Parts: sequence; C-alpha cells; structure tokens
Amino acid sequence: MAVIRLALIGMLTLLMASTLQAGAIEVREFDDPVMEQRYRSLTASLRCPTCENQAINDSDAPVSRDMRDRVYMMLMDGRADMEIRDHMVERFGNYVLYNPRLEGRTFLLWGLPAGLVLAGGVLVALVVRARRNASARELSAEERARLESLINRGRTE
Amino acid sequence: MTRRLLLLLPLIGFLGLSVFLYQGLSLNPFHRDSALMARDFPEFDMVTLEDPERRVDRSLLANGEVTLVNVWGEWCPECKREMPQLLDLADRGIRMVGISYKDTREKGLGFLQDFGNPFEVNIFDPDGELGFELGVYGAPETFLVDRDGIIRYHHTGYISARDVREHILPEVQKWQ
Repeated sequence: MAVIRLALIGMLTLLMASTLQAGAIEVREFDDPVMEQRYRSLTASLRCPTCENQAINDSDAPVSRDMRDRVYMMLMDGRADMEIRDHMVERFGNYVLYNPRLEGRTFLLWGLPAGLVLAGGVLVALVVRARRNASARELSAEERARLESLINRGRTE
Repeated sequence: MTRRLLLLLPLIGFLGLSVFLYQGLSLNPFHRDSALMARDFPEFDMVTLEDPERRVDRSLLANGEVTLVNVWGEWCPECKREMPQLLDLADRGIRMVGISYKDTREKGLGFLQDFGNPFEVNIFDPDGELGFELGVYGAPETFLVDRDGIIRYHHTGYISARDVREHILPEVQKWQ
C-alpha cells in the first residue's frame, strides 16, 4: 500500500514538474494557420543542443529559447523551412536535426535496415530453393532399397 | 562441419553489434565538434565591454596571431572556476579575447574585477547574438582562432589545468 502511495506521489510530482516546465515556454500567436503549423513542426524537429534528447519546443534551456526566437523571426521574414534548418545546422551542427540527412556519413544509418531486409530475403530465397531441389530429386537405387527395407521392418514388427 | 559454423554467424553478428553499441554508452554526447570547425570566425560588429564607444569586428581575430576566444558570463559558475587556468594561459603569452555573454555591463565588469582579467579585450554580447552565430549552447566555451581567423579547436565547458596541459597548449602550439 505504502509503495503504491509513493508511486502515486512520484507520478504526480513528475506531472507537475512537466506542466511547470511547459509553462516556461512562451506562447506565440499566429494570424496564419499555415505559419503556425510550420513553426510547430520546425520547433518539434530541431533538437536542443544542450539538453539530452529534447526538441527545442519542449525545452526551457536558454539556447532553445534563442533558437525558437530565430525560427520565428526567419518564418516572419519569409524564409523557407529548408533555409531555417540549414541556418541551425551551420551553427549548431547536424546534431540539431532529429531526422539525419542522407549523406555519405549517414549512409550506413539509413542503408543498414534496408540492406539487412534485402540480405534476409536473399537468404530465405536460397534456403527455399535448396529445399525444393532436395525434395524434388529422385531417389537413387541404394536409397530406394534402404527405404524398402525400413518399410518392411515396420510391417513385420 | 562448415554448415555448423555458418549457424554461428548470427551469434557473431549479434556480439559484434553488442560491442559496438556498448561502446556508445560511454561516449559523452557533449563531446562533439563545433559546426564551425575549420571555418571562418563569423562576421560581427559589436562594442567592447570595457568601452561602449569602441567597435570591434572580425579583423580583431584575423591579425596574424593565434587567439583563444572564451565565452563567459557572470551568471556562470564554471566560468569563475576556470579563470585561474585562463590567467595562466595569458601569462604564457597567449592572446586571449573574451566574449561577455548574456550579461549586463556592470556584472561583466564586476566579474573581471573579482576574478581577474586575462583578456586583451572583451566583446560585449548582452543578447547572445554573437554566441548564436558561434553555436554556443552554454558557457563557458572556448574557441581557438588561427592567424587567419579560422576556428581550429573548440572546447565546451570548464577548462581544467589538465585540459590546459593536454589539449589547449598543444593545440595553440600546433597553429602558432
């Protein structure tokens, strides 16, 4: 019982902490819903450079705030999403992208899953083909004689 | 026999992957290169902390001398702790330039009075404008700028006496 109560208190504290944190993030008003959507998706896809694994829309770190301000300013300035992402990568590195770009360095990252699926498929195909060949082959005279004797032994017993 | 050995392949693959991923656990995600490595120190045009009338720009850092640029703030406890090491570096004749990052002028000047001033000059950056261009995500951060104004080395966080010996001094020598 005490354990459950403790767990409940812990959960409540966590919940309160997360709402408190959300309170620290400024609210921005947009006239244009498309702009608002772009702002949301940009700030959700950029990673805070100083907190581990938090998007800048979810972090009250000073640098995240600066980045959100910059995203907002650049949006108002009529810049494209791509330009804004490039702007951040130029300063904070590829680390800030939650979706790493497909380039030489990340080729393995993107290619490995597809490569493994392909390799698995080839393996399965090979095994299936080998089995089919093995079962379709005719029995040799020797094998037939052995089979015959096994069957006969079964009958006599 | 060889077919049997083939059966071991998935296990070997799994072990290899485990070793690879296990190593990843001990990596520090904050040890990553600055995005500005091997690139020009960004353009800027700002006033100094010491003299609000004096404007400085990029030519301050591309004047044929290797310079350590340290981003600091009065609000940052690690910055205070690393000042003895920075004073030591300045004593060794290394040119130091400070960036007073997200501070008021009074607090910045007070910091230098209390903890010493190893800097030839301090760039006043109250809004973190230059800091943003440098990709600074927390003070202290230190950049080594070569004679041509190109960033050659970047240190995130506190500089210990050991960091000075093992990283900073060798890097300065390398680019001098």
